[in-house]
Amino acid sequence: MALARVTRLEYRDVTMRFADRTGHGALTAIRNVSFSVRDGEVVALIGPSGCGKSTLLNIGSGLTAPSEGQAFVDGERVAGPNAQVAFMLQKDLLLPWRTILENVMFGVEIQGVPLAERKRRAERFLASFNLAEFSGHYPHHLSGGMRQRAALARTLAVDPHVLLLDEPFSAVDAQTRMVLQRDLARTLKQSGKTALLITHDLAEAVTLSDRVLVMSHRPGTVIDEIVIDLPHRDDPIARRHEPKVNDYVARLMDRLDIGHTGIEAPGGAA
Amino acid sequence: MSDPRTQIRNGTIASLALLVIFLAAWQWGPDLLGVPTFIVPPLSMVAREFVHAWQFDHLLFHTGVTVGEVLAGFILGSLLGALIGYLLGMSPTAEFALSPYILALQIAPKVAFAPLFILWMGFTVYPKILVAILIVFFPVMVNVLTAVRSVDPDLINLARSFKATRTQIFWKIEFPTSMPPMFAGLRIGSTLAVVGVVVGELVGGNQGLGYLLSFGEGQADTPMVFVSIVMLTLVGGIAYLGVIIAERQVLHYLPSRSAGQGL
Repeated sequence: MALARVTRLEYRDVTMRFADRTGHGALTAIRNVSFSVRDGEVVALIGPSGCGKSTLLNIGSGLTAPSEGQAFVDGERVAGPNAQVAFMLQKDLLLPWRTILENVMFGVEIQGVPLAERKRRAERFLASFNLAEFSGHYPHHLSGGMRQRAALARTLAVDPHVLLLDEPFSAVDAQTRMVLQRDLARTLKQSGKTALLITHDLAEAVTLSDRVLVMSHRPGTVIDEIVIDLPHRDDPIARRHEPKVNDYVARLMDRLDIGHTGIEAPGGAA
Repeated sequence: MSDPRTQIRNGTIASLALLVIFLAAWQWGPDLLGVPTFIVPPLSMVAREFVHAWQFDHLLFHTGVTVGEVLAGFILGSLLGALIGYLLGMSPTAEFALSPYILALQIAPKVAFAPLFILWMGFTVYPKILVAILIVFFPVMVNVLTAVRSVDPDLINLARSFKATRTQIFWKIEFPTSMPPMFAGLRIGSTLAVVGVVVGELVGGNQGLGYLLSFGEGQADTPMVFVSIVMLTLVGGIAYLGVIIAERQVLHYLPSRSAGQGL
């Protein structure tokens, strides 16, 4: 189904090898990965631990160069970090010596945006994530969920075209996670941002994305693609009530061989 | 029962009680145990000696000399330690190449250099400052080096993903991250600076509390030795307190700084 929408993020035949621990042979983390994400699309990436999902994210954000193949953002080859892409990890990576407002301004500050504009943008996102009253607080005053929302605000404040999210909610408790998932889904829909979401949580993959890519064991490669044909991409809580969610999850479990081989449990209790 | 405020109040009372007991034991203990005053002079005798030294032995002047040397040694040693710590922290090759020599210099007792420095620079304040610099240098350098090394690589990647320059990464990530360990090094350094200076003064010269100490020893003037020790402790204590106050200002963002005034 060829949509007429422009491709925002593309991986073309990406292979990544690392020197192994002995320093002799090379260890292939990912092999011949090719896929693309269209404008406004949210694609989830699932797979067993160590299959190179995070490596793909580093390549997409220009932090690591692939051994072979190329990544493209907005049609341009990724040669280093660029302003179109921003990432967010499981760790909030808030700087303890900066207030929440200063933390949210961190990215735009580095990019050299003038102070008034920085503040305006940061305050807008703090308000939309209900953090306005905590803008002067230091990160340790905030709960894990609030810190993660501040991290999301920092990511969005640089106004990237593509968001790379690496298990962004796997460190928070299950209830907080649902709220954060809803906030993220809403924001992605409203702003029309493109996102690649790495997750261990199959239900999260199904409820937040338009498409799920399944990766194999190392050397990781994309072995399946499942289009999620469900309503409410902007509201994962509503989507959870769709009966077909369970079918999708079951299919993903099947593709991941859960029940046969042991993959590591999804981060935290579900 | 275990309300922190009650704990602090009870702790303060106990602390003051201990001080009174100690002072009382100092005043009357030697006499009760039959210890002669030239071995342990009682408190009142040391207090009289203090007044005497203040009036006739330029106690204030000697204290001032020592304070000046401690300050100079501490500031220069910390700056040098921090500078080298950052440079080595950012260059693993340099650290690898230099680490055996740094280790050797760290193992060598720094105070043993005092006679050498006096041979080089004479009976001036400089050899004392140099010993202090050398002794303060290591805890600060090692702490800064370790801190720069242990910065979360994901934080650096985050900054890089926003296209941060090397300078920005240093000032916005590495430098602030190194502050808490650096202050731990400065605390140690502030007390060690006094040790370095005193050893330098004991070895040679005619100024400073260390000189007064060895002068008192030569005269078998035990009270003067005690006065010097008390003054040196005071100097070290004030230096340490200064670091603590600066640390509270700089690291105000850290949780539970105010609770537990433990030093």
